[in-house]
Amino acid sequence: MKDRFANRKYFIMALVLLAALILIARLFYIQIVDKTYRVSAANNALRPVTQYPARGLIYDRNGKLMVYNQAAYDLLVIPVQTSAFDTTRFNEILGITMDDFKVRMKVAVSYSRRAPSVFMKMISSETYAMLQEELYRFPGFYVQARTLRKYTRPVAAHLLGYVGEVDNKLIAKDRYYRSGDYIGVSGIEKSYEEQLRGRKGVNIFLVDVHNNIKGSYAEGRYDTVAIPGTNLWSTIDITLQEYGERLMQNKTGSIVAIEPSTGEILTFVSSPTYDPSLLVGRVRSENFTTLQADTVKPLFDRALMASYPPGSTFKIMNGLIGLQENVIKPASLFSCSNGYHAGSLTVGCHSHSSPLNLPQAVAQSCNAWFCNAFRNILENPAYGSVQDAFDKWREYLVAFGFGNKMGIDLPNELSGFIPARSYYDRYYGKDRWKALTVISLAIGQGEIGATPLQMANMATVIANRGSFYIPHVVKKIGDDGTPSPLYTQKYITGISPGNFDPVIEGMEGAVNGGPGSTARGARLDSIIICGKTGTAQNPHGKDHSIFVAFAPKDDPKIAIAVYVENAGFGSTFAAPIASLMIEKYLTADIKRKYLEDHVLNTVIKPGGKEQ
Amino acid sequence: MEKSNNILARLDWVTVILWLAMMIMGWMNIHAAVYNEQHTSIFDMSQRYGKQLIFIIAAIVLAVMVVVTDNKLWFFFAWFIYGFFILLLVLVLVIGKEINGARAWFGVGAFSIQPSEFAKFATGLALASYLNSKRQLLGTREMIAATAIIIAPVLLIALQPDMGSVVTYFAFFIVLYREGMSIWVFITAILAVALFLLSLILGNLPVAIGLLVVAAIALLVTSGYLVTLKAAVVMALAGGVAFLAGHYLLDLGTVLIIVLAVFLAGVVYAWFIYRQRMVNQAIIYAFLLGGLLYLFTVDYAFHEILKPHQQTRINIMLGMEDDPFGEGYNLNQSLISIGSGGFAGKGYLNGTQTKFKFVPEQSTDFIFCTVGEEWGFIGSTVVIGLFVWLLLRLMMMAERQRTTFVRAYGYGVFGLFLMHFFVNIGMTIGVMPVIGIPLPFFSYGGSSLWGFTILLFIFLRLDAGRTEYLG
Repeated sequence: MKDRFANRKYFIMALVLLAALILIARLFYIQIVDKTYRVSAANNALRPVTQYPARGLIYDRNGKLMVYNQAAYDLLVIPVQTSAFDTTRFNEILGITMDDFKVRMKVAVSYSRRAPSVFMKMISSETYAMLQEELYRFPGFYVQARTLRKYTRPVAAHLLGYVGEVDNKLIAKDRYYRSGDYIGVSGIEKSYEEQLRGRKGVNIFLVDVHNNIKGSYAEGRYDTVAIPGTNLWSTIDITLQEYGERLMQNKTGSIVAIEPSTGEILTFVSSPTYDPSLLVGRVRSENFTTLQADTVKPLFDRALMASYPPGSTFKIMNGLIGLQENVIKPASLFSCSNGYHAGSLTVGCHSHSSPLNLPQAVAQSCNAWFCNAFRNILENPAYGSVQDAFDKWREYLVAFGFGNKMGIDLPNELSGFIPARSYYDRYYGKDRWKALTVISLAIGQGEIGATPLQMANMATVIANRGSFYIPHVVKKIGDDGTPSPLYTQKYITGISPGNFDPVIEGMEGAVNGGPGSTARGARLDSIIICGKTGTAQNPHGKDHSIFVAFAPKDDPKIAIAVYVENAGFGSTFAAPIASLMIEKYLTADIKRKYLEDHVLNTVIKPGGKEQ
Repeated sequence: MEKSNNILARLDWVTVILWLAMMIMGWMNIHAAVYNEQHTSIFDMSQRYGKQLIFIIAAIVLAVMVVVTDNKLWFFFAWFIYGFFILLLVLVLVIGKEINGARAWFGVGAFSIQPSEFAKFATGLALASYLNSKRQLLGTREMIAATAIIIAPVLLIALQPDMGSVVTYFAFFIVLYREGMSIWVFITAILAVALFLLSLILGNLPVAIGLLVVAAIALLVTSGYLVTLKAAVVMALAGGVAFLAGHYLLDLGTVLIIVLAVFLAGVVYAWFIYRQRMVNQAIIYAFLLGGLLYLFTVDYAFHEILKPHQQTRINIMLGMEDDPFGEGYNLNQSLISIGSGGFAGKGYLNGTQTKFKFVPEQSTDFIFCTVGEEWGFIGSTVVIGLFVWLLLRLMMMAERQRTTFVRAYGYGVFGLFLMHFFVNIGMTIGVMPVIGIPLPFFSYGGSSLWGFTILLFIFLRLDAGRTEYLG
């Protein structure tokens, strides 16, 4: 075959020469004409210094400052930029040993030789001042300003949460974080991390071999400005919070108070608690270990993560559901002969007058009345079977927020537990159980579990006569902000407002009624409190004392749930505490000093010994 | 005995010496790039420079083995070798080990072998063999078959995925060009690349309007003022209809509305073109519509098929994006180290950027940084000179062949070296996007060194036996 295309070799040859020419011309430009690269490189190294923005402040609902920031310094090292230096002097300044130095250096090198990593965290201002003077002698090391959290009062530790260092797993997942960065680990600090953290900035400096900053790289073209974190306005009333924590001192349990008209959480107490400043700075890991080892579990947020049986407070729910399903009337009378008796089954009750109507049964917490009501609910002929009626019953509870996470803006919420039909089917066989099998649900015992938050929400729904907003702890994101839109949507529970009246009448009676009423100790002269006691049996010791309430009766301003573990009857501790909280919040002044002193001075050891 | 003497005498020693010189220069630069103060000796086997010496010795052994083979082996077994490596490329997808997100390596003990480096010479052989078997001009059918030979390994490598190696295979089109592929293929390709880059820099809309203007000018030149006016009126009407329908009914973007308008106008033109046999106008129209559709496709491909980091790399090369601490980090550090080399360089082992290990991958894909920093503009030019010398030498050798087989293979070798040379050095100095491919004989690594050595020495062997009949 004749080679007709031999001439094409000239074009190909031209291509080679053109390629070489392009490369040489470009090299000529960057190596000889353009001097900027030589300036960047000639014995200079780039050092990115992160500008950490101040974390957002946290205020209480009335604009009182709760959390702010304080300066601290981190010592950083870029391993490849270090060279031989006086380690003895260096260690002396920092107050560390040679072995310590070696370990820290090894950690830094194993993270990256080229990228900066934290050599020593949060050095004090004095050490910083000393180090700064001699820093030129320690190439590769530099100091970066950080901020630490400070608290105006040692309260609300569980709610606020704490800030810790990011772990490597998260660094691998989220490009924003670098080794040594801080992140909210729990509480508001975690759930509002993105708003609180702001955005890091970076200044890129040129540094010579003597560790001196020569200026900004490329006139600061690649620097970014740090954007400070957004301030948050919490829904918490810090005064009430502090008071609640004082009342709960030396006791185990929880107080959750909610403003019914908005779902804003006023108080969020979990006791025992701890001083939030224990988990800040260099002392954090040590203190964390101590707190974690503590047998009374101060780190455990009972308000959110403890599931208790609701006890008698749950009778309210059965009353409401019975009314809504039209199987009981406010005037329905059931007799009680020291308990509920059906065949061989007996649910005991204390002695009181008989028979009672609904408001009286709520006020005097009659077990027999609610066993009858509950049986009517489950044996409602309107449904094909007990099981179908049970499904309907559960549907109401779920609408109140039981059995699922409520969706509060805090991490690690527990969902509580309302057994489903399938749960009993598994135990007794499909549809082979009856109303009497599950009769303990009538009085809030048995398989159900609810968090104090859910109980407070129940009080909220009653106060609102049927509706609620998801409870939340942040009311404003930013100084002129709004809450997350999740919390401005109203939820309806499916119980008609009218059906709340007899129940509320009963709750009013429990506190303000005559003999036989269960919560007379919670009575206030100036304000009508509506409440319901509860006593939850508990396999680990003495019964838990429970009280849910709201006040004032008309136009409620506060709904509250109080749990005191191992304190016995609901009327003994939970009711007075709730009453004091209401008094504090609505009148700002405590008139019943004797009651306050009694509560403050009582020590209840876990397990239930009063002292 | 006499025959092997003959071979040695006929071997192109200039190329052999260039090859040895490049390997030794590469080795020295690897020493400087990953220099370790605790292990200063260039012979230290625990370091990359020590290992590279082993790779070089093995490469020399491989070269000798290739030289002593029979010429006919490569000719007759071309397809077998090709098939074998295609099989390996399939196999590596199944049992290969994943490094840096690409399933491109076979683990053999402590070493890893990358079959895509070896598949290059196999593809070169197969392509040469195919072209050799065609005694007539390359028509469309032959073009498609030849393209298929090139594309098969490309698809398999794209699955790994190793986009760097994929790019290098396009070097084989130089072979097709030399063997008579229509010049229009290249012009279209260049136009396509230009359109793509323009659309990235300027955005789709200006380029689409530009295409319309170019088409109008072409029409004016070829068909005169009256026809252009008619076409413009039709286009304006179609544009109006397209705008109304596209904007109000279909909610289309501006570029799509233009495509729709051109398409609608085309329906009207089609009648004219058919009735009046207007060939020029038909071609212009086809180009316009093709161009617009292409524009739309690449826009989609760029944003949907390329990964974000690949998009960023292209944008950085075009100067449209600055990201010196993210995707642009390598390039920025690379520019600083090369730029700081100045005219004469900082001297062997004196590169500070090297010492601080600012440039990642400095012993492999970014080895030219060390050349630029330590040897300066002089050294860089010498290295480029050596490559140009090698490339021109390879061309000269290819041109002196009597068979299409050896010439085509020679151009394949030439094309691959040209591609690697230009893309690799180009990316370190910012004239090409960052594509991770090695600089032949310089970059650290056994697979690429051996792959290139075999590639080169098969050609040297075939060239040495150019007077023999292949049969």
